[in-house]
Amino acid sequence: MSEVQLELEILRYDPEKDQEPHFKTYQVACREEWMILDAVNHVKDEVDTTLSYRWSCHMAVCGSCGMMIDGQPKLACKAAVKDYADKKVRIEPLANFPIERDLVVVQDDFMEKLKRVKPYIIRKEEKPIEEGEYKQSPADLKRFKQFTLCINCLCCYAACPEYALTPEFVGPAALALAHRYNADSRDQGLAERHKEISKPEGVWDCSFTDTCSIACPKHVDPASALQQLKITTTVQWYKELIGMGDK
Amino acid sequence: MAKVNKALFWSLFAAGGTLTAFVFPVLALITLFAAHGNTPEIMGFEQMQGLLANWFGKLAAFGTVSLALWHAAHRLRTALYGLGLRADGIVSVVGYGIALVGTILSAYYLVQI
Ligand code: SF4
Ligand code: SF4
Ligand code: FES
Repeated sequence: MSEVQLELEILRYDPEKDQEPHFKTYQVACREEWMILDAVNHVKDEVDTTLSYRWSCHMAVCGSCGMMIDGQPKLACKAAVKDYADKKVRIEPLANFPIERDLVVVQDDFMEKLKRVKPYIIRKEEKPIEEGEYKQSPADLKRFKQFTLCINCLCCYAACPEYALTPEFVGPAALALAHRYNADSRDQGLAERHKEISKPEGVWDCSFTDTCSIACPKHVDPASALQQLKITTTVQWYKELIGMGDK
Repeated sequence: MAKVNKALFWSLFAAGGTLTAFVFPVLALITLFAAHGNTPEIMGFEQMQGLLANWFGKLAAFGTVSLALWHAAHRLRTALYGLGLRADGIVSVVGYGIALVGTILSAYYLVQI
């Protein structure tokens, strides 16, 4: 069986012991079909059990293994070691987030922003169950389906230059989810979300660099969601100006 | 920047961007011809004056000039911020100020024709 030799430079940081984060190097003989996550698991299982990082599904579903691999935000379980064959590979925690420990970042900022954009269906009045379900056509579904695929891995935040500059910026994944609900024909929460999204730190800081979409492992294309959201938000702003905004 | 203005400036920026993407390559080409003294007859001074004499022509020229200015002002602002210049207030006032003056001037001159 062929092997891939990797030199992993993993960022280590134990807030109780270390003054500063530093790199430690590990030589790992990887099996050809391994993902970077397998290599990191190998380090934890065989070399240093204190290594901390998040992971769960190993199939690009849970969204917990996002990290900087060779400078790019990626899911460790989706990055094949073959692509880094015989190289020195830096493994760092996701950029733009405070480090909790080793490769684990503090996600509180995102969690708080996610809550603020109300990522759930809002109805002014629920219709009685006897009236049946809310029907949607395939075209209705198509308007938001792609944006439901987000797994909250935060790779897009690590890729976003505006989030790096302005930490108050609500950012790609949360805004893409806001748009996902705005674009859902069953939802009536646009005006409520608008209050958050139209703030200066809402959608406006996005400069449409598209790097979030390039980084997104699930092809959510948050940049496109944000562009559409800017249009909706502008339209709502003009409508409110003349007293005709969605309520 | 007051929060109410963000949507306003963005809409001018977006409209200007869309417009300039279509119109400016053509304008640049025409200007290039003109600069080499190859102005097609249809674009001579009288013809242009005639075009701008009617209200539709005025409106088109006004939209192109002013929206392009607003687009450029906003683009400059975000670019300078992105490049690390932390003087958003001054940049906004100067940039948007130039766009505003340009808008007023283009309206003023177009009405004179
Ligand atoms: S498109 Fe917008 S949200 Fe996405 S990375 Fe660029 S600035 Fe950030
Ligand atoms: S939009 Fe993509 S990159 Fe961002 S959190 Fe969702 S899945 Fe991850
Ligand atoms: S381990 Fe679940 S997404 Fe990578």
